Amino acid sequence: MISVEKLTFTYPHQEAALFEDLSLTIPDHQWVAIVGRNGSGKSTLARLIAGLLPTPAGTITVNGLPVDEDHLAALHQQLGFVFQNPDNQFVGATVADDVAFGLENRRVAPQKMPTIIERALAQVRMTPFKAARPEELSGGQKQRVALAGALALKPAVLILDEATSMLDPQGRGEVLSQLASLRQQGELTIISITHDPAEVALADQVIVLDQGQVRRQDSPERVLTDVALVEAVGLVQPFALRLKAALQAQGVAVPATITTEGELVQWLNQQLNTRG
Amino acid sequence: MDNRALFGMYFPGNSLIHRLDPRLKMVACFWFVVLVFFAHGWASNLLLIVLLLAVIRLSRVVFAKYWAGVRGLMGVILFTALIQALFSSGGTVYWQWGIMAVTSAGLVQAVLLMLRFFLIITGSTVITVTTTPLELADAIAALLKPLKVLHLPVNQLAMMLSIALRFVPTIMNEVTMIMNAQRARGVDFNSGSLLKRAKHLVPVLIPLFVAAFKRAEELAVAMEARGYDPNQPRTKYRQLHWQRRDSLALAVLVFVTLAFIGLRIWE
Ligand SMILES: Nc1ncnc2c1ncn2[C@@H]1O[C@H](COP(=O)(O)OP(=O)(O)OP(=O)(O)O)[C@@H](O)[C@H]1O
Ligand SMILES: [Mg+2]
Repeated sequence: MISVEKLTFTYPHQEAALFEDLSLTIPDHQWVAIVGRNGSGKSTLARLIAGLLPTPAGTITVNGLPVDEDHLAALHQQLGFVFQNPDNQFVGATVADDVAFGLENRRVAPQKMPTIIERALAQVRMTPFKAARPEELSGGQKQRVALAGALALKPAVLILDEATSMLDPQGRGEVLSQLASLRQQGELTIISITHDPAEVALADQVIVLDQGQVRRQDSPERVLTDVALVEAVGLVQPFALRLKAALQAQGVAVPATITTEGELVQWLNQQLNTRG
Repeated sequence: MDNRALFGMYFPGNSLIHRLDPRLKMVACFWFVVLVFFAHGWASNLLLIVLLLAVIRLSRVVFAKYWAGVRGLMGVILFTALIQALFSSGGTVYWQWGIMAVTSAGLVQAVLLMLRFFLIITGSTVITVTTTPLELADAIAALLKPLKVLHLPVNQLAMMLSIALRFVPTIMNEVTMIMNAQRARGVDFNSGSLLKRAKHLVPVLIPLFVAAFKRAEELAVAMEARGYDPNQPRTKYRQLHWQRRDSLALAVLVFVTLAFIGLRIWE
């Protein structure tokens, strides 16, 4: 479990506090999406949880570990973090070297590394690029490598800061379903910062950040169907929900339980068949 | 830009010389330079020439690549040889004018000096032509290791070297991008006086530095998040493996050295 209590944080040399008395909890083995406008503090919150900024006022704990100077090493054993900019987190000379970087830090035996690297690269469909150098890769490919680097360490908590923003829609779908199945199998908590409504819909919970406060923490269905909230935080509704709203406006009684595109297609087919 | 073109030199290939352990190649190159300095007579020099030609042949790299290395320094070589030829004394005097004189001993000295230059430059070119910068970095890191006893931060140095190599192409791309952005604003980098051209580089260098610092900061945070601690030991994924061919090459080097010593005594 990750808990944030009465967090107050101001960037050095800034006057206004970014967070004041912010509290929230993220239960174990959940997929939690964090949404909010540009500059609402999503990345900052993620960095604070990972202990990558000066220790703020208030308490943050990750699986019982307090986030402070003394526990950083232990904390980074538990956490995987994929950052917004894929170029500035690519440390290795080649794709394989980069995935190995975290393993080297954890003193994994060199003869065990190739299998771990192979598996991590397969998870993000980057096996053919194993020997590629970073300047030969596209932004989306670098993001995949960064994700592989985090997955190779088998973290208990995976924090993704817009980690799939450069992937093509199909690739993003593949990577997200990989993550979903990993979480189903194991003990993985996922915190994903995103502007993509489809990614939000995959989560168990959504945290809406607005002006340094948690404006809402709720299921994706309820957040995404709240048109006023969705607009206030700069998201758009997923296509299925927009279509459903349009149908309802036309007087078609679409059941409230339908939230995904697949369900909607199935329901529409049924309706058309029974009426036709 | 291609990282492998960092020294503008690497020539992809799979020859015996390409496959030799980069540590051995570096040590051998250093040793070759030492021998060059100890070679005085024709016989010992001839031995080194034959050795170098054999290695060049084995590397299966077009000769133009090696020539390119020498050509760049041709001016310096010729100038030094000229000084040597004009200002040495001894032997028969062919021509004299004030303090300048062309003598037989001076000419021999000048030719030997040029030969020495050629040998050293071509000898080091063998390494840059047959070894990728990445292998070189690995070799340097491995060869630095013994300095740990002197409490030098060897691991940190190796990490710095490998990160520098990793970011050279990135920064190069950035230079191109910034220059294009300035060109789009009408800056002309290729005309005007030297001073004017230098001034035009200022609006390239400043954004470059700012971007580099931002990069460095983000990279440091990302490395920390992935568990990097400069003061802790780490394992190493990329291992150098000493092969039989490396032992063989080392044996050849030892025999050449013995022959060299023999020739020096005989000379
Ligand atoms: N290093 C810093 N120093 C000072 N202020 C900062 C720093 N990093 C971010 N900020 C400020 O803190 C606020 C929150 O930034 P943050 O990066 O957390 O936003 P975000 O929600 O991740 O935005 P985005 O959606 O664009 O990624 C912004 O107003 C930003 O200007
Ligand atoms: Mg952000």
